[in-house]
Amino acid sequence: MNANDIISPENLVYAKPGLMNDNYMHYCPGCSHGVVHKVIAEVIKEMGLQEKTIGIAPVGCAVFAYNYLDIDWQEAAHGRAPALATAVKRLLPDRMVFTYQGDGDLAAIGTAETIHAANRGENIAIIFINNGIYGMTGGQMAPTTLSNMVTSTSPDGRNVQMMGNPLKILDMLALLDGVCLATRTSVHTAAAVKRTRRMIRLAFENAMAGKGTSIVEVVSTCNAGWKMTPAAANDWMVENMFPVYPIGDLKNI
Amino acid sequence: MAKVKGYVEVNTDRCKGCNLCVISCPSDTLDLQPREVNDRGYHYAFMKNPDECIGCANCGFVCPEGCITVYRKKVG
Repeated sequence: MNANDIISPENLVYAKPGLMNDNYMHYCPGCSHGVVHKVIAEVIKEMGLQEKTIGIAPVGCAVFAYNYLDIDWQEAAHGRAPALATAVKRLLPDRMVFTYQGDGDLAAIGTAETIHAANRGENIAIIFINNGIYGMTGGQMAPTTLSNMVTSTSPDGRNVQMMGNPLKILDMLALLDGVCLATRTSVHTAAAVKRTRRMIRLAFENAMAGKGTSIVEVVSTCNAGWKMTPAAANDWMVENMFPVYPIGDLKNI
Repeated sequence: MAKVKGYVEVNTDRCKGCNLCVISCPSDTLDLQPREVNDRGYHYAFMKNPDECIGCANCGFVCPEGCITVYRKKVG
């Protein structure tokens, strides 16, 4: 059997989601952002929300997210995505509003906005990409950086006495009454990607049902910032990130 | 003997040669081009052993660029 017998629409198993356009992505090879973009595109298409979705793009590597997914986007100032999402959702309550933020955006400069939006129980979904580093600006230490992890601003490793402990912001958010879903996932294997897709779908359903704030933390890699190959970065993440940021539901009501 | 046949189509212009699809493949089907590069200078993925492919689409799920299309057909 040759390839032409297999290539036909009825045999299609997997393809790039239609909502993701053909623009060439600026992410480094092997970056987790691309996978999460794909998952979001698939879920929005699956739920038929293409015309009703408004995404809030962050500052960070994902600042150009609006170039890649054909939905409505709004660009927020650094860390202010939950505040902007609050405004958009309150003015247009029939829309599905989600923010897409990295750890420097959500857990550092945007801590106040994130916590207060979650505490108010705004009906938004927050997709939180945690790679433990500031990727865009050159791999500086972030609040989520692991202890003893080497970054460009902690060349001897993060010293917890001097620089503080890794911030488990999802655990903090899970305590708030306004939060209906706080879950941690990853995208390093096909099974993990499928779980992430289920969780993002649940978060979007919660946002539409008005149940409160949903937060999906995707523990991801920054192979360029960690100075590893994409495959080695995945192994390093499993070995070092997962013990500190364990995969699973913290809250799901 | 395999009862399904798969085929992986790689958008070679979009591929960045990150190797994640190669690692996710359970049947040793994929590999990166050892010498050839695309317009941007990346060693793109290709089907090294096309007969081994079972169309599981693991490569497609983990591909960050969305450059993989997977087909699967039952045989026999």
